[in-house]
Amino acid sequence: MSTVTVFGLCAAAVASLGLYGLITDPRPLRKIIAFNLLGSGVFLLFGVVGRRGAAAGIGNDPVPQALVITGIVVAFSATALAIALLLRLFQTTAFLEPSIRAAPGDDPDRAAS
Amino acid sequence: MSIATVFEIVLAAVVLGLGVWTIVVPETFSATVGFVAYGLLVALVWVRLDAVDVALTEAAIGGGLGGVLLLGAAARLRDADLMAEKTPGTLRASAAALSVLMAAALAGAVLVLPDPAPTLAPAAVAKAGATSLSNPVTNVLMAFRAMDTMLEKIVLLLAVVGVWSLASDFAWGGRPGPRHEADPRGVLVFLARLLPPIGIVVGIHVLWAGADQPGGAFQGGAILASMWLLAIMTGLADTPSVSLRWIRLILVAGPGLFLVVGLVGLLFDDAFLSYPPALAKPLILGIEVTMTLTIAATLGLLLAGAPERSAQP
Repeated sequence: MSTVTVFGLCAAAVASLGLYGLITDPRPLRKIIAFNLLGSGVFLLFGVVGRRGAAAGIGNDPVPQALVITGIVVAFSATALAIALLLRLFQTTAFLEPSIRAAPGDDPDRAAS
Repeated sequence: MSIATVFEIVLAAVVLGLGVWTIVVPETFSATVGFVAYGLLVALVWVRLDAVDVALTEAAIGGGLGGVLLLGAAARLRDADLMAEKTPGTLRASAAALSVLMAAALAGAVLVLPDPAPTLAPAAVAKAGATSLSNPVTNVLMAFRAMDTMLEKIVLLLAVVGVWSLASDFAWGGRPGPRHEADPRGVLVFLARLLPPIGIVVGIHVLWAGADQPGGAFQGGAILASMWLLAIMTGLADTPSVSLRWIRLILVAGPGLFLVVGLVGLLFDDAFLSYPPALAKPLILGIEVTMTLTIAATLGLLLAGAPERSAQP
């Protein structure tokens, strides 16, 4: 197996893992982490495609490399904004609605549905 | 199978294992730690893919600043774990099916990529003389696709504006985050006094080396930002109040200079962001130095978060 195949398959699996976590985990911070995992898998796919484009003495096509660097920075700033929104949301709702802090597992109606 | 291939398979397996851990572990804090470790190992994957510039960025963000951001949020949201409702089994099953389908489609696409692979590497090397920089990635970032990089800096600026606008009325225009304190005789404070001089030199070196070797404005800026954050987290420095004029000036200096150079290119040359060949290197260096300062300030302030304390003491 070549480098491209090994990391290409790894990237495909990581991206779909991120998608699974994004859909199934109801906690917002976990959704943010899962979304970052999904993005990281997509970036790795870029890297794999760029690795195949190695030419002219460069080991990895510089255009996808530059795109991924830009992508990582944008993903980071979006994550920072999402986390700031989340902290603010938690700050406001934690004081306003103490009822939602009760563990939902204790509620028989919800457990049945 | 060569030793390199075995190493790559083991690395891919560990990366995948950390990804699974990040998704399935019940505690959010453990998931965050898993994600930081994942980010550091992905940087190794980038080295194996011969993309050292990306590896530096990934290590600075995935393992470094992103880790600080997520760990800080996880620590402050510890109670939120209790609020989580259980996801119904049918949703889980259909999400799993969808994910497997996507993994299969992506894996299939990786296995049947066209041969010979399309590449822009020869074009990037052929035009390298136009800027007299020999790192092809810096060339693409600063000259051939400079528009992307400029817009990326504007995204960073908008993210800071977004974060600042989440301040409560009381803290409007005030200092971001809580005031940190640490034991003045502790190891952390010792490191915060010892590391910044070295870190600042390394950051500037990474910026300067970016012209010909892996490195550049973003990686250098991230290192400078982490030194600043170290001083903030130990209480040796405080976060600046966001209504200060100089801090706002630094934040807009990078994208502002980029925009001005672009417009001058439109006036005196034939296209937006076209550099006259004789001035290409000094112009790019000027933009990079300004951008490094802006990036360091932006990353530091993004991590510090929304203002929480009033500007008046």
